[in-house]
Amino acid sequence: MSVLLDVRGVTKRFRGLTAVDTVSLSVEEGEIFAVIGPNGAGKTTLFNMIAGVMPPDAGTIAFAGERSDGVAPHELCRRGLARTFQIVRPFPELTVMENATIGAMMRAPDMEAARARAGEVLRQLDLWDRREAKAKSLTLPDRKRLECARALATGPRLLLLDEVMAGLRPTEVDRIVAILREINRSGVTILLIEHVMRATMALAGRIHVLHHGATIAEGSPEEVTRHPKVLESYLGAEAL
Amino acid sequence: MNPLASLSHLAAEAPRRALLLLGLMVAVLAVAPVVLDRYLLSVFFLIFWFATVGQAWNVMMGFCGQLSLGHALYVGLGGYIGALLWVKFGISPAIAILPAMAVAMAFGAAIGWLGFRFGIEGVYFALLTIAFAEVTRIGFDNWSFVGGAAGFFIPVSPVASPVNLRGGPVLFYYVALAMMVVAFVVCALLRRSKLGHAWLAVREDAEAARALGIDVFRAKMAAVVVSSAMTAVAGVVYAFYQNNLFPSQTFDIARSIEMILAPIIGGLGTLFGPILGAFILTPLGQVLIALVEKIAGRAIPGVNLVFYGAALMVIIWYAPNGVWPWLKKKLGIPEGRE
Repeated sequence: MSVLLDVRGVTKRFRGLTAVDTVSLSVEEGEIFAVIGPNGAGKTTLFNMIAGVMPPDAGTIAFAGERSDGVAPHELCRRGLARTFQIVRPFPELTVMENATIGAMMRAPDMEAARARAGEVLRQLDLWDRREAKAKSLTLPDRKRLECARALATGPRLLLLDEVMAGLRPTEVDRIVAILREINRSGVTILLIEHVMRATMALAGRIHVLHHGATIAEGSPEEVTRHPKVLESYLGAEAL
Repeated sequence: MNPLASLSHLAAEAPRRALLLLGLMVAVLAVAPVVLDRYLLSVFFLIFWFATVGQAWNVMMGFCGQLSLGHALYVGLGGYIGALLWVKFGISPAIAILPAMAVAMAFGAAIGWLGFRFGIEGVYFALLTIAFAEVTRIGFDNWSFVGGAAGFFIPVSPVASPVNLRGGPVLFYYVALAMMVVAFVVCALLRRSKLGHAWLAVREDAEAARALGIDVFRAKMAAVVVSSAMTAVAGVVYAFYQNNLFPSQTFDIARSIEMILAPIIGGLGTLFGPILGAFILTPLGQVLIALVEKIAGRAIPGVNLVFYGAALMVIIWYAPNGVWPWLKKKLGIPEGRE
């Protein structure tokens, strides 16, 4: 297996606060990798740097062997890195189909092909029946899946998912976990940033734990959950 | 993309009844001059003209979400270039539309570049468009070669010459009708294209659009450039219809405002909105002007603008998305369809 995403000693400061402190991780082609951590751990900042929203103050990021920090989001998308937003951002006045079609446009030779690709993705994400509905009329679980569908429609090698399970009921979480596994089996590498522990444990092969912007552990779900520092930061010292 | 193939696609996709109705309407408009008098011809000219510029403005605002309040700039640039080339150099307006479009596109690109490169958005971008129109107005006011504030005139020709836009109201009726139809078709094709979808994505959520591989800066630039080019063509036609150009009128912000009412009232971002809006507003405005003249015994300038404001309020109250979306619902046309 080869390394698809390589984050090396990345740091980001906001005024005096160090949001992400020399974090390194590497995601291998084909795996499901999760970054977890309590609120304010710097997950979203790390995510934003990987997605090209902001450049790191120090360190480098490489995607598919090429430097990718400081590269604009639309350019990263062209290279094969697609993302979702934690607070979902569908195109509200457009239909579900149009939303997905816009995602599929980039790699499609024409609109016909884009619509065909969008149709495939909508079926995969259980949204085909809602394709004529305006995105603003969807329920939250549907919107979360639309967010995934749109990103997936761009034909990514790496799918970055920002708390895609937050705010969902357990049955909805199970549904999306199954879908994500399916997507991963089709050859898409997944990097999740998550808060929902149960689902993350079920889904991810490797987990990277952040706390106060720094790495405190990395390993398989079993290793990570047994790690004393993880227990301390997540459950509080008294739980030990 | 092959435009002809897309055109046939466009026709194939629309319901047969709608196409029939549309064809019938165009046919009626095509033969209408037989029964229309001079006055009505001029009203229809204005309807078609406002539908055209409304369509052009709608590309920027309705499709791409970029508010321009200075579209009179492109009308004026087109008008002055067409008139100048004809009067000073004898170049036909049929040819002059090309440089007119080019110059308008250059101005549009300059405004767009300044605004979009430096992240000037929303109302601030709108202010930038007003500023450009105003500065250009002042420039033309003081440019003696084009007559300055005293205006620039196109001599009335004794012989009709349609290619040179010299002729009576019937000629201008057909020119404006053709312009409106072409603008509609161009926008319908754009709306279906990749670029059109990129515009919609930018309008809905630029950040999300960027994450889907859309170059937001380029998409916005394309919208300004397309919109300004279309408006410039309408500007050339308007100058030859009026036979005179005064910077204080041509580049006036009131003109810019008047141009954007039809698409707002008809329905932002829709293809029929600008046309429907123009068919509603322009005749009512003209009737009102005539009425006021009859009652007051003289023309009161700006009375139609007051009326437009009132009409805007009423329509926004009852159909906040514009008349076309409201009508569509009444006609049972599904959402997401034009």
